[in-house]
Amino acid sequence: MRRNKLSNAIILVVLAVLFILAPLLYPNQSVPFQMMAFMTLAQGVNLLYGFTGYLPFGYVGFFGSGAYGVSILVLLLHWSVIPAVIGGGLFAVVVALLLSPLLRLSGAYFSIGSLAASEIVYYVVSNPNMQNITQGPYGVNLAGIYDPNTSYYAMLVILLIFTAVVMYVKNSTFGMSLLAIKEDPVSAAMAGINVVRRRVAIWLASAFAAGLVGAVYGWYVSVFYPSSVFDLTISIFAIVFTLFGGGGTVLGPIVGTIVLYGLYNTIGVSSPQYFQLIYGLLIVVLVMFLPQGLTSLLKRRGINVP
Amino acid sequence: MTGTDQQAQVKNTVSLLDVSGVKTGYDDLQILWDLSINVQRGERVIVLGANGAGKTTLLKTLVGLLPVWEGAIHLNGEPVQTLRIDKRISRGISYLSEVGVVAGLTIEENLRIGGYHLASGAARSQMAVMYDSFPDLKVRRRETASSLSGGQRKMLAVAKALMSRPRLVIMDEPSAGLSPLFVTEVISMVNRFHDDGISFLIAEQNVKFLEIADRVYVLDAGRMIFTGTVEELHRNDALERAYFGVYG
Repeated sequence: MRRNKLSNAIILVVLAVLFILAPLLYPNQSVPFQMMAFMTLAQGVNLLYGFTGYLPFGYVGFFGSGAYGVSILVLLLHWSVIPAVIGGGLFAVVVALLLSPLLRLSGAYFSIGSLAASEIVYYVVSNPNMQNITQGPYGVNLAGIYDPNTSYYAMLVILLIFTAVVMYVKNSTFGMSLLAIKEDPVSAAMAGINVVRRRVAIWLASAFAAGLVGAVYGWYVSVFYPSSVFDLTISIFAIVFTLFGGGGTVLGPIVGTIVLYGLYNTIGVSSPQYFQLIYGLLIVVLVMFLPQGLTSLLKRRGINVP
Repeated sequence: MTGTDQQAQVKNTVSLLDVSGVKTGYDDLQILWDLSINVQRGERVIVLGANGAGKTTLLKTLVGLLPVWEGAIHLNGEPVQTLRIDKRISRGISYLSEVGVVAGLTIEENLRIGGYHLASGAARSQMAVMYDSFPDLKVRRRETASSLSGGQRKMLAVAKALMSRPRLVIMDEPSAGLSPLFVTEVISMVNRFHDDGISFLIAEQNVKFLEIADRVYVLDAGRMIFTGTVEELHRNDALERAYFGVYG
């Protein structure tokens, strides 16, 4: 237990130092910013997939809800930025609450159901009749609150918070009950665990993570469109990064994001054709030989992965 | 006599588990027909019946995995038939299904899940009790349940069921898939914890469990065809009827 606490503290400190120094060492601040955003999204997917087995293809719906939440609170209700960001996260929680009946589904049905649900949210937001509230398909301009430096550190705080949340879940009785539910819901229920309540709780926590990331993303870029914040690629990246590193661990989504998003930025922009090839090959090799992710290599050697 | 004394006396006179006139089934298919059973404090009650008699359906109904269509279930005098599973478990029922353990979790995690409702200190002391009773589990506590043999898994399942400090342990075919040696061990385990005041309701096909039965019910095609002691059962043809369909 003490060793777990130490390794968790080290992870948080390393992440904090890495992303505080990154803008000083790397000229393009948006790269580390987006890496933090995807890392947090991957931790959000990790909360849901790693501990309950639900794979949310429509995860981007919560991200987009957070971005539009902050825009509505700032532009229509004239909230100041930080409360609006938290409110944006809560927008996503409300959407997740409305979509919680999806948790009755399992496996591919849940994944497809969540994807369809995120499309519904996208079409509601981008509907021209919603122009008075969401600006419809014409995009949002938050130039009045544009502040890339503060929003950069806000994203870092959210990353650290949700990494700590994953640490808590992984080492708590609550997390163990989720793993029991994932393995065998009936057996878990027979131990007196309220299966529905726990599934909903982690679903809302996961949505809150994506909502906050979306809200801070909206603040950081300040101009965005429905198609950019409800882009399915965001879901796919978050899921692939989690699976690549290894779900159900603290380190997996971090490693997955660093390797794959790092690769994306190294050759994905300059040589997209080679990137797609290498990316595809990596994923095929991973699925075939390391279905539990990169961190399972350590587990196989008896090393405890935080 | 004070009100508290009177309440305590009433509590001691009511059955620990009282099931009356229960009807249930799956979708439109009725499996149990007007079933009534009871378990007194400190009793070991065995429900015998062949495959398909409705034993598992009965136990699932008791713990809340199946709804009660008609009838009532009282635990310690309190109606529980509309309570959620976790509420029933927290009132002192523990259920050991045929599977019983979470294969992907370690032995220690399974025990922690078993004692989920206990405060952390109580859970720790109860785990120590379980490790004393099941020393093999202590040795392998960091290993996953999937690495255990069938018999060891059953032992873990029993320990997990006992972790919540239940008043009544409901067991679904604890002898299923076990060698005679392990069956004997499960029986001695039931005896040991019965001596500590725990009541047992055990659904079985294996008549070896009659050795420890205080009372027996025989279930056939969803209906109770016998209630009584083991001696009374031996003087009755209910077992032949239930197992061989023989009607004398």
